[in-house]
Amino acid sequence: MENIELTIDGKILRVKEGTTILKAAAEAGIDIPTLCHFRLHDMDIENKPGGCRICVVEVEGRRNLAPACITECTPGMVINTHNTRVLNARKTVLKLIVSDHPFDCLVCAKSGECELQHLAQKFGIRDIPYQGEKSTYRKDTSPSIIRDVDKCIMCRRCEMMCNEVQTVGALSAVNRGFMSVVAPAFEMDLVHSPCTYCGQCVSVCPTGALTEVDNTNEILRVLSDKSKTVIVQTAPAVRAALGEAFGLPPGTLVTGKMVAALRRLGFKYVFDTDFAADLTIMEEGTELLCRLKRHLNGDKTVKLPILTSCCPGWVNFFEHNFPDMLDVPSTAKSPQQMFGAVAKTYFAEKIGVNRKDIVVVSVMPCLAKKYECQRDEFKVNGNPDVDFSMSTRELAHFIQQSNIDFMDLPSEGFDNPLGESTGAGVIFGTTGGVIEAACRTAYEIYTGKPLERLEFTELRGLEGIRSATVDFDGLKLNIGIAHGLGNARKLLNEVREGKSTYHAIEIMACPGGCIGGGGQPYHHGQSDILKKRARAIYTEDERKTLRKSHENPQIVRIYDEFLGEPGSPKAHELLHTHYFDKSEEVSILD
Amino acid sequence: MASENSSCENNTAIPVMAPDKEKVNIKIRLSDEKISMINEICARFDNDPGELINVLHQTQDTFGYLPAEVQELIAHNLRVSAAHVYGVVTFYSYFSMLPKGDYPISICMGTACYVRGAEKVLDEFKKELNIKVGETTEDGRFSINCLRCVGACGLAPVVMVGEKVFGRVSPDKVRDILDEYK
Repeated sequence: MENIELTIDGKILRVKEGTTILKAAAEAGIDIPTLCHFRLHDMDIENKPGGCRICVVEVEGRRNLAPACITECTPGMVINTHNTRVLNARKTVLKLIVSDHPFDCLVCAKSGECELQHLAQKFGIRDIPYQGEKSTYRKDTSPSIIRDVDKCIMCRRCEMMCNEVQTVGALSAVNRGFMSVVAPAFEMDLVHSPCTYCGQCVSVCPTGALTEVDNTNEILRVLSDKSKTVIVQTAPAVRAALGEAFGLPPGTLVTGKMVAALRRLGFKYVFDTDFAADLTIMEEGTELLCRLKRHLNGDKTVKLPILTSCCPGWVNFFEHNFPDMLDVPSTAKSPQQMFGAVAKTYFAEKIGVNRKDIVVVSVMPCLAKKYECQRDEFKVNGNPDVDFSMSTRELAHFIQQSNIDFMDLPSEGFDNPLGESTGAGVIFGTTGGVIEAACRTAYEIYTGKPLERLEFTELRGLEGIRSATVDFDGLKLNIGIAHGLGNARKLLNEVREGKSTYHAIEIMACPGGCIGGGGQPYHHGQSDILKKRARAIYTEDERKTLRKSHENPQIVRIYDEFLGEPGSPKAHELLHTHYFDKSEEVSILD
Repeated sequence: MASENSSCENNTAIPVMAPDKEKVNIKIRLSDEKISMINEICARFDNDPGELINVLHQTQDTFGYLPAEVQELIAHNLRVSAAHVYGVVTFYSYFSMLPKGDYPISICMGTACYVRGAEKVLDEFKKELNIKVGETTEDGRFSINCLRCVGACGLAPVVMVGEKVFGRVSPDKVRDILDEYK
């Protein structure tokens, strides 16, 4: 690639041919505002339809202003990014966008995080001279995600996420001009689409057009009901991101403060989903070894590779797209659901409370968990194992509205017995973590030898598809890892075609794994934030004395007292599930 | 615990290897004949997602319109999402999800026809048939659409019913045209 020389705001710089003006300016430390443009730097994720025109700049010698996000630099270009003409154009563009946008900021779920609101503030928009018709559309509420397309600015970020990154294909721009909206096929509601509720559309939406279902009020209600014992479980990725909502730098671990906050919110027992993650390893790891041994013994009927099943967005994805392979993923429930099942049986017995009087709340980095806990197979006589799932963002709001000074809280520990966990449970929160945790336990069970090296660094990283061979004392285990459903689809197609050489594959629906989940504080396209959260997760693992799931004393105890052994009938009843063909549910027509 | 003899036998649900490809299908209520016609059209374009618009054109030429079932089948064949196909169908005004009438009426809205009063002619058709542009009468006989220029500007305003061209149409002639088909 040739280097070319150009001038931006009087600075002379050299960039590679093909570089956009936006990128060249960024390299020179010049910030050009954007709205529709979105980029997750390390993950090859970029949205640049060049549609909103907020990023226009003046190129000397060019008649009209150029959109910086899609205009490539040419030799000798002289660019002004912030002169009067440019600023006036940006203001006009903003006013036009806002003229077809509700003025609901005071009551909008996205208020404070909205990129349109932020720009209107930044450019001092105080009046909208363009009065006219506003486009209106019905609101669509699903178990996880709310679509309010009146607030949509047609940036198409969600469409890019849903189609290019996730290959889910639930959303597309439909209709034309003023009537255009982003919607599922035939403008059906999300529940009738192949939507997996991964929430990646929500995590990139610049406005309040896509938000999560907020369960805070229901949770507040049960917390003030004296007849209920309200238990909370917190997923591993939450502790690595919650602090961001309180102004702490990304990657700050706030485990202890989070526990303290939950206790002050009125939860009677503050437990850890990491405990259930350890339990998942016991069940999933055993299932892997089981299938592996049968395979090695020449059993041709056994399904390999085994696929992890912790991620509800991923479960929805294969139920919709790979209904012919429902027997390939592990039957182990997700940690959220294992926790619920154990809390309302084992723990309920221990404290002598009827399951009807126990309410299990989960704090998750995820929106698909809201759907998962409502699935019929996770209910006993209509009573769900997990009653409510709230996102990291909802918990942050909940803490804020409850007048708790988060920064001033002491560090507190989880309650027992369901709060005890190992480092293996913690790393579930990032891509590669589940399979690393499984390797730590499966290795020791399979070989009967202690693991010399705990950290399987070959399984770590942020590349979309990774593979590694792990040596189980002579047995070479081929491990695949995919995060982002588009990457998962590639590995799944290989399995379907019989070309896959993996023994086990870990799949997470969201780019980065749970740390990049649809319910996490908004990263606004800064992939550094995801890296820092991942580092925090590994730091938490390193700080733990126990780092292998099977060494968790409370896990040993629950098998001794209650479950028997991994894969036992009792374990199957409570900790395993089955999957459904959902491909036909998508079709709306009758 | 976690011993070697963990009872994987309890897991009776580990069935056969190689997934059955035939099971991958989408539910549709089209007749077998229609399905094979659409499959043939898609095959004519090598099931290439880049040929979506051409596939839609030929399918609409064959069936007269593009109902949701048809779009789902095309999406499946071309390996694109149904939402994407629907997005294209709703973007271009030529594509229709409603069946046209036995006698599809097209009113030219090209410049020449427009300045000579095509809009008043259109209003008259809408009034007479009590339907809007893009709709079909309840008895399925007439539908109204607009088009741009049929290349007979000397006859403006022009109306087509099926393949037949009517020239110099004025609102008071609309009744007579409709009567020809009653």
